[in-house]
Amino acid sequence: MVTTRIVEVRRQVLKQNDTVARELRQAFAEAGVTVISLVSSPGAGKTRFLEETLTRLRPSHAVAALVGDLATDHDAQRLSRSGAPVRQIVTGTVCHLEAAMIRDALRGWDWQELDFLFIENVGNLVCPASFDLGESQRAVLFSVTEGEDKPLKYPTIFNTADVAIITKIDLVGAAEFDRLAARQAVHRVRPGMTILEISAKTGEGMEQWLEYLVDHHERRAEGKT
Amino acid sequence: MHELSIAVSLIEAAVEAAANEAGTVRTVHLRLGALSGVIAEALESAYQLARVGTPLERAELMIQPVPVVVRCRGCRTERELPMLDALWCPACGAAEEVVQGRELEIAALELET
Repeated sequence: MVTTRIVEVRRQVLKQNDTVARELRQAFAEAGVTVISLVSSPGAGKTRFLEETLTRLRPSHAVAALVGDLATDHDAQRLSRSGAPVRQIVTGTVCHLEAAMIRDALRGWDWQELDFLFIENVGNLVCPASFDLGESQRAVLFSVTEGEDKPLKYPTIFNTADVAIITKIDLVGAAEFDRLAARQAVHRVRPGMTILEISAKTGEGMEQWLEYLVDHHERRAEGKT
Repeated sequence: MHELSIAVSLIEAAVEAAANEAGTVRTVHLRLGALSGVIAEALESAYQLARVGTPLERAELMIQPVPVVVRCRGCRTERELPMLDALWCPACGAAEEVVQGRELEIAALELET
């Protein structure tokens, strides 16, 4: 005779990813490495922004980057121009980075010596939301050409981010972008989140971003965050 | 389309959980939050593909949707929302935080012996 029974399990589907992410986060904290991940749609200007960030931080801090890309190493090549060490993670058909990819990419690298490690996720505002990478801050970027309501269309990723960065602010006039409406949209889905407006091209807002990073790094070193 | 890798993780987790139980898994009950970043229909399709050749080949997937619940950081009032928008408490105006809706967990297994 066939009998059926129900067993309660309550098991996280992404438990394995979460476990690896937790181990990474602890290792980063012990080594004093501040890890910042960047997420955005394709074309929001992540790579240009990161290149500028690496270039400006390099004189004062040990920095490096991991960059996820579906098929090419174009982004890694562009980032190498900053002079900072860069490693490419080719994800193939996978639309997001996972914690194990970060762990594997760090093998054989003296990442413990770093002050900052940046992780550029695959251009996508949906899939990366589910995967913890062990980062200490998640920055979500959107450009003025994407429209003010981007946060309302992708509330999940905006709600899980720590800082929002509006890129290509030099195009604010041409794009007829409403800065106030954009800030309100961010705060509708994540009240109080820090918002920075930057242009990697003109340098506008980059100083505030660097201050934000260094301040976060120092507070972490003092054990306040 | 990250649902396929989610489906693979889901099957691995279910097989692991079932390892200590007698019988064959007939149904996997999944709690899926509205903010999990996973679309139920896409996950169902991905699951149909991913289960082939695994111990769950004949097991069905039952998805139980979990709505978004936010809690006021000020007065602690909770409310359910259809989607994530305008996270300010209607009672006191303070900011709200998400307390439910990110679930992506296997709630139970139905086994046949």
